[in-house]
Parts: sequence; structure tokens; C-alpha cells
Amino acid sequence: MTSLFVEDSSPLAGISPAAVRGRRPRGIWLSAAALLAPSLVFLIAFTYWPIVRVLAESFVVGRFADHQAGLGNYQRLFADPHFARAAWNNAVYAAGTIVPSLCLALLFALALRETTRLNAVLRTLVVMPLLIPLVAAAALFTFILLPGDGLVDFYLARLGLGMVNWLGDPDLALGSIIAITVWKNTGYYMLFFLAGLAGVPQDLLDAATIDGAGAIRRFRAVTLPLLGPTFGFVLPIALLNALTQIDHVIMVTQGGPSDATNLLLYYIYQQAAQNYDTGLASSATVVSVAALLALSFISLRMLERGIHYES
Amino acid sequence: MRADWRLLCALLIAATAVLWAVPFLWMAMASLRPGVPADIASLTPAGPFGLSNFAEAWRSGSFPLWYLNTLLVAGGILVGQLVTITAAGYAFARLSFPGRDLLFAMFLLQLLLIPPLLIVPNLGTLVSLRLYDTLPGIMAPYFASAFGTFLMRQTFRAIPRDYEEAAMLEGASIPVLIQHVLVPLARPGLIAFAIISVTAHWNEFLWPLMAVSSPKNQVLTVGLASFASGAEAGSAWGIVAAGTFLVAGPLLVLFLVFQRRFVSSFVFSGIK
Repeated sequence: MTSLFVEDSSPLAGISPAAVRGRRPRGIWLSAAALLAPSLVFLIAFTYWPIVRVLAESFVVGRFADHQAGLGNYQRLFADPHFARAAWNNAVYAAGTIVPSLCLALLFALALRETTRLNAVLRTLVVMPLLIPLVAAAALFTFILLPGDGLVDFYLARLGLGMVNWLGDPDLALGSIIAITVWKNTGYYMLFFLAGLAGVPQDLLDAATIDGAGAIRRFRAVTLPLLGPTFGFVLPIALLNALTQIDHVIMVTQGGPSDATNLLLYYIYQQAAQNYDTGLASSATVVSVAALLALSFISLRMLERGIHYES
Repeated sequence: MRADWRLLCALLIAATAVLWAVPFLWMAMASLRPGVPADIASLTPAGPFGLSNFAEAWRSGSFPLWYLNTLLVAGGILVGQLVTITAAGYAFARLSFPGRDLLFAMFLLQLLLIPPLLIVPNLGTLVSLRLYDTLPGIMAPYFASAFGTFLMRQTFRAIPRDYEEAAMLEGASIPVLIQHVLVPLARPGLIAFAIISVTAHWNEFLWPLMAVSSPKNQVLTVGLASFASGAEAGSAWGIVAAGTFLVAGPLLVLFLVFQRRFVSSFVFSGIK
């Protein structure tokens, strides 16, 4: 028992037990402060302070001694055709990745929900891309989509087709990047739908069957409404992914050809790491984060509605 | 007629799922074929097979260093997080103090404002803390985890208070209580969190790419990016495949072995 009390090296040592047992408000407040301090130090340094800092820097015009406050960065940002292109691409990328991967994930979940040996193997195959880094996926797809010798063209050639420059053609490159993302993320979303489907009561489905509802009707009238909360929390995750998953863009296309795969975070990365334009990078960050917060707020409202529907 | 349709649908889904595995199948095949075969894209090659691509990848990349750095980063982040999230999770689960709910909401903000998004200001912070181009610099933004705090809060709440009260009567302080009473009971939650955290940071690319400049501090993903572009330039696709396997393999193997654990952890992670 004594070993339990050798705690002096702990950063949390020194909180009086009496403070908790006595439930004195001041004591509780001190305990809470000590327990939360380690987290708060890092949250302040790397979440809250950066927001203040990026907001402040977005209003600083001029890089050197003569800098002043103003809206110059935002004016430059909204006048920059590359930014407009990145924003538009990102909207296409979000819609193009979220809609297909959620539909596919739901289809997979519906088809593979019964745990047979075959289904377990098929589920594993769909989930596996989730485990590998996006740069590893990018390395594989660089070859798969390679014109001529690549995997897709190799098999298309057997059908008498081929030689498509999937990543080099401005009309196809964003679609190819989207395909990589869909391949990578569908399994993740499928896991949520599988968990959501497990929560659909079988007797409800049975009752619907007895009432003469076919499979499609059962899905639309029973299953889909009950999956509302699942959609509600998958959607913010998917939105966040659509804004932040750009590893393959950095590795494979570098935003090209001719800006076809430039996305918001890639634009920020370029301004910060290549052009050293902190003002532009900061204002682009502010706009992107604001858009993310707004969209997440909207989808959280949808989540609330989903829960109300259920109850 | 109906049965036919169902069979057709089942076959289509199964075929799509198999299609999902094609990149992995190609990775395995190409990595095992020495030299530069003309039909490197073939998924059903005739051979010969060998491990020379792995030897070549190992020689031309700095894999031992990258493995070490990745292990240090993912492990260091996890250790830091386990301290911060158990402490904060306990505070939010068990103590009632003014402003608790507001503070909790402030914590949750970090679910959206992840470090790669705040690259510009975070790099500035790293420079002023003299952490730029160091492994602790890669780790620092992740030491606090809103998701982990949330998870531990839920986990602690599910534990009956009786255990703690018995320990408190014996005079145990909060740190002792957390470490010796609650943490052992919260092990499933901690393991789930560990799996998610290690997977996320083993695979992360953009932040380590930005936070580090010298080759000696590179992690696996950053190393793979430069390694692969070099090998691709020489059309050495077998070596690219082998290098990719060296980076992605460890987690894939762990996943195949502990599949059930991984899956339940990932599903857990969605309850943000």
C-alpha cells in the first residue's frame, strides 16, 4: 500500500486530498486547474494563440519596417485568380470525395453487414487503405495512373484502349486526386455505417416487412432515418478531411497541371513555404478556417435534427 | 428473378471490394520482382521473384533513421497525450467547477483546428520556442488532445464512483486515485485512444514536412516522399513499391493481426 503514495515526482503531486473530500469550492478549483494545466498549456500555445496570431498577421500589410494594419492582404487574396481556383477546386474536391465515398461506404456497409467469413474478408479489403499514409497511397497511384506502362493503362490496353494521362491532363487530374481520396477514406466511413446499422432494431425492420414494405422501401423509411446521427458525425469528419488531406497533392501533382489540383491548404502551403508571403498565407488561413467552422456548424445542426428525428 | 438480382448485387459489391485491394496486390507483386520487367503493371506475373528491391530500397533510403524518428514521434506524442488526457478527462468527468462546460467547449475547438490547418502561425511559434527542426517540435502541437480528453471523460464517467470513494477514505490524493484506481479500469478506452493516436501520427505527412528541415529529423512519410520521387524518376517501380511497403507495412500487419481492436477503436473515434 505504501508504494501508492510515492508520488512526489508526479507533476500533479501536492493536491491536498482534503480539498477533494471536503469539496470546498476553492480546493476543487485548484485541483481542476492543476489537472487541466498540462492540456491548457499546449492548447494555448498551438490552438488558441495561433488563431490570434493568424488573425493579427492577416491584417499586417507590408513585410518590413514600414508595415501597417489594413485589409490589403484580403484584397490581394480575393484578387488572386490562383486563390479563386483553389477555392473552386476545393469545393469540387469536397463534393467529389464526400458524396461518392459516403454512398459507397453505405452500400458496402449494407451489403457486408452480416458477419460471414467472406464478408469479413471483403470488409478488411475495404478498410485497409485507412491504415496506410496518404503519401504511400500517392506513391502507389502514381504508378497505377502512369500513362503507358501504368496499371490502369496496362489493363486498358488489353481492351484496346489506353494511354490516358490521368494525372497530367488538366481535365482529369482533379478527378484522379479525388479517386485516390475516395479509395483511401471509404473504408473509414463504412465502419461508422456498420456501427450505425447495428443500432437499427431488427424488430422495426421485421414489422415493416410484415406491413409489406420491400427492401428499398424498408431502407428509405426505416434504415436511412435511423442513420441520421451517423451522417451527422461522419459529415464534419469528411468536411475536415476535404480541407486538410492534401498530402497526395503535394506529392503527386503539386497543384498542377495549370492549377487544376490546387486546393486551399495547398495554396496556403505554397504561400507560406515557397513564396514566404505570410500576409497572403494568413488571410487564406483565416478564410479557410472560417469556412470550415461555418460548414461544421451547419452539419452539427443537421446532427441535432437527426437526433430529434430519432427520439 | 428476385434472387437473381440479389446475387448480381452481391457479386458487384464483392467485385468492387476486391478492386479495392488491387493497389495492395500490385505493391506486393511489383516489390517482389527484381530488375525492371516490361510488364511491371501485371498483377499475375510469372516471376522470377526475389527480395532485391527491398535490399535496394533499404540501401538508398535512410529507413533505420526514419523508423527511429517515427517511433520517437508517435511514441512521444502518445506518452504526452496519456498524461494530459487522463488528467483533463478526470477534471471534466468528476469535478464541478465554474466555467467547466465553457472550458470543455473550448477544448473541443481543437477537433477542427488541427495543426496542419494552422501551419503558418504554428511554424512561427515553433521558431520562437526554438523547436523548429526538432522532433519535439513535431510532437508539441499534439500533446494536448481534445479528442482524447473527450474519450477519457466518457470513460471515467462510465466507472462507478464507489471505487474512488473507497480509495479517498484511505486518504488517496487525486493523482494516486487516477493512476492506481481509475487508469487500470479505463484501460480499454486508453488502448483505443493509443491505436488511433499512433495510426494518425505514423501516417502524418504535412506537419512533419513543414516542422523539420534537416534530413536527420525526417520521419517515414517525409522520407518516402523524397525517396519515391527519386526512384520514380528512374522508373524503378519495384523499388518504389518496396519502399512504400516498408513505410505502410508495420501498421498493415498490426491491423491484420489485431483487426477487431483496430476496428472498434476507429468506430470509437467517430464519437467525437
